[in-house]
Amino acid sequence: MKLLFYYLIFPGFIFASVIGLLTVWLDRKVSARIQWRQGPPWFQGFADIGKLLYKEVIVPEEAFGSGFIAAPLFGLASVTLAVTILCVSLFNMSEGFIGDIIVVWYLFAIPAIALIYMGSTSGNPLSSVGVSREIKLLLAYDLPMIIVIVMIASKADSFSIRAIMDWQRINGSNISNWYGIIAFVVAISCTQAKLGRVPFDLAEAETELGSGILLELSGGVLAVYELSKAIMLFGLPIFLIILFWGKGIIGGVLLYLLIIVLLILIKNTNPRVRIDQAMKYFWGWMSGAAILAGLLAHFGV
Amino acid sequence: MDVLKKAFKKSIWVFHLSTAGCNNCDIEVLELLTPRYDVERFGIKLVGSPRHADALLVCGAVNAHAKPRLLEVYRQTPKPCLVVAFGSCGCSSGIFRDSYSIVGPVDKVLREEDPDVKIVYIPGCPPKPEAMIEGIVMGLGAI
Repeated sequence: MKLLFYYLIFPGFIFASVIGLLTVWLDRKVSARIQWRQGPPWFQGFADIGKLLYKEVIVPEEAFGSGFIAAPLFGLASVTLAVTILCVSLFNMSEGFIGDIIVVWYLFAIPAIALIYMGSTSGNPLSSVGVSREIKLLLAYDLPMIIVIVMIASKADSFSIRAIMDWQRINGSNISNWYGIIAFVVAISCTQAKLGRVPFDLAEAETELGSGILLELSGGVLAVYELSKAIMLFGLPIFLIILFWGKGIIGGVLLYLLIIVLLILIKNTNPRVRIDQAMKYFWGWMSGAAILAGLLAHFGV
Repeated sequence: MDVLKKAFKKSIWVFHLSTAGCNNCDIEVLELLTPRYDVERFGIKLVGSPRHADALLVCGAVNAHAKPRLLEVYRQTPKPCLVVAFGSCGCSSGIFRDSYSIVGPVDKVLREEDPDVKIVYIPGCPPKPEAMIEGIVMGLGAI
């Protein structure tokens, strides 16, 4: 019962969607202010979701109907679970709760996999181009991010979220060392790619592929996808806070806003990259930097 | 349901479709996204796919080549949706009215497919940005 409450109401579904949609508004508002525009009102995220639920859902003829509708729900459920695990650990809500950092990272991967399924089942050629890019991107950013996660886990000598936070409370946060700063740069690039934002939005390139992988999604299906993306926008900065600061709730809010603004600035100052550039960036530069951070961490710099 | 309907009016996603226009209106539409007129204040944004759209912005007198494309895109748009016949050519085919290749203004073509289609007319060559905003607002009142 308590777990169900966690999952559906407090740190889980309802709380995370409200904060996530407000963050989506913050994203659009700050982007607008950067371009000297006024930007949307605060309820814009909620209005978008409500509007999409009001609209008709069109399932493409080639699509495997129930799968097309169920896939985004799987994505939403797994992202909510990941956020619940993170928040329960961060808010210190449940004694003896063991959350595993690798599990969380792979729960965050499920929306992308659901999206790949939907894009490939929709039978649209532009969608399938988007699908191939999304798969490559998923493989590309997973490598450096896993190196970073393993490095931090080996520092704390445990994969449990609680142990990583405790280790940082005793030994100082990871970001205060050189290896932490390098790893943070890697992690924030991977976060940007995982959220599918500019400069790594090549799977849903609006002007190039006509929304690519999302092209055939309409009405409620798109609403569920947008909601899971909003929850992910809430969850991934929290994931970074746990990995690099291990702070509790009070410092967490400021750090959360800091990471969000950083993500928005990256989005607004970069053009979209090509897929080969993205692969080179993640497998070359970012993996190299992650390995360098690992070596520095090993020698204790 | 009422709440969702209200949400619809606060969040109009527009798909921009050119059906044999002269490109003048297409350029002028971009003015709405600039800091001076910024329609994102009202939740309006341009999307890349008709599947996400709530409003089709159709520029241009429709010629025989563009007609099936226009109908196809209209069928692909989830209902309810609003059609904006944009510019003099969109409203009435303009100076191309009796040309051999023109099969009619936007409303005539779409009414063949769906007699109940909701169309907003924004005349002008090209329309002023203020007129565009007013047209969209009036169209939302009609839904």
